[in-house]
Amino acid sequence: MSDIKISIKDRENKTHEILAPTDMSMNLMEVIRSYELAPEGTLGVCGGMAMCASCQCYITSNHKIDDMGDEEEAMLSEAFNTKANSRLSCQIFIKKELDGLMCEIAPEEL
Amino acid sequence: MIKTDIIIIGAGPTGLFAVFEAGLLKLKCHLIDALPQPGGQCSEIYPKKPIYDIPGFPEILAGDLTTNLLEQCKQFKPGFTLGERAEKIEKNKDNIFIVTTNKGTKHQAPIVAIAGGLGSFEPRKPSIENLSFYEDKGVEYIIKNPEIYKNKSVLIAGGGDSALDWTIFLVNMGTKVTLVHRRNEFRGALDSVEKVRELKNQNKVDIITPAQVIELKGKNKVESAVISKENNEILEIQIDHFIPLFGLSPRLGPIGEWGLEIEKNSIKVDTFDYQTNVPGVFAIGDINTYPGKLKLILCGFHEATLMCQSAYKIINPNKKHIFRYTTVSGVDGFDGTRKEAEKPVVRSLND
Repeated sequence: MSDIKISIKDRENKTHEILAPTDMSMNLMEVIRSYELAPEGTLGVCGGMAMCASCQCYITSNHKIDDMGDEEEAMLSEAFNTKANSRLSCQIFIKKELDGLMCEIAPEEL
Repeated sequence: MIKTDIIIIGAGPTGLFAVFEAGLLKLKCHLIDALPQPGGQCSEIYPKKPIYDIPGFPEILAGDLTTNLLEQCKQFKPGFTLGERAEKIEKNKDNIFIVTTNKGTKHQAPIVAIAGGLGSFEPRKPSIENLSFYEDKGVEYIIKNPEIYKNKSVLIAGGGDSALDWTIFLVNMGTKVTLVHRRNEFRGALDSVEKVRELKNQNKVDIITPAQVIELKGKNKVESAVISKENNEILEIQIDHFIPLFGLSPRLGPIGEWGLEIEKNSIKVDTFDYQTNVPGVFAIGDINTYPGKLKLILCGFHEATLMCQSAYKIINPNKKHIFRYTTVSGVDGFDGTRKEAEKPVVRSLND
């Protein structure tokens, strides 16, 4: 069994308990899109290059997540609605250590 | 009025390749794009990033792909309306489409191909409550005419290249510039960061970091801005202009109101020729959707090619046409150039 459980609160405040595969080199943004938890075109707009902030999410569990790279840090420094626990979900790679991860999709920038 | 055969909305890779394919069928194209340069996402979001799935190119930078596509289509002399957003589409009494931009430029053609990618790129606006009230009353998101800032007091917000570059430009022009950014570090070309640091050391620019603008004040136009620093210190400065430079983000925009069938923020098309529910209006590339759709540049190229074949038949309903290979037929440019394969030299051994 290579799936992990992740709890994702969408932009309508609805929480989804989903399974994400650890053997498909997926990132959290792709998992959110594959479950269609945000309307198409509103999340992961740049395709996962940390070049837009549309996939911003707040990590609400205490998991140890890899440190931010320069590109993610720079993008979040210009993003809106950021909090101390903001991350770009496209930069969080699904691995077994993230089992039980809880996160919330940040509001869409309008 | 600009007249052409196909109005292409969006000058990204798909739109540019459509010019080439249309040119092979002797159809002229005119491209409209909200960005000031062609290339779409490839030049606006990731010009220096490599793409690995363009057939025949094991690796190519997005910016180089744009350059190559422009080179490939230039023989068909496409027209460009850049820096303007296609706002309205209507039909005249002769069943010809008229596309009007936000600046009032009118284009006329029997065919419209929407190659709008993710939509048009709009400035990202910070969440300041009364921001929209001051738009065009001292708040500008794009600097169109730098002259208006001469001898004025300007507040720039942002930490990327455009915030740094405009700071340097305006200071050198004699503008009093205050630069506000949420972090101490700036994300820009190294020499721009250095230049701004130099200007700061010479007291030619005020830099306030880490901080953000939280309120604008003024009766009929912007007169001052309230800035909140990370240490909860609040300060208010007198300004004539506020220019937030937080980059651009794509929006479907007016296309969503053109009576086209929309599904998941994309335009539904028939995969026979990528025509929309409005006959004569096609949607190609990332902006369309159909069962099995993949948002890939190479799929956009395929869609553009099939779209042009149908466009030809609509424009020339009674003309016979047969599909030909460029290797066999060569390519005749609208600029008088001709490209063709070299003729093989056949000679008898007995000569």
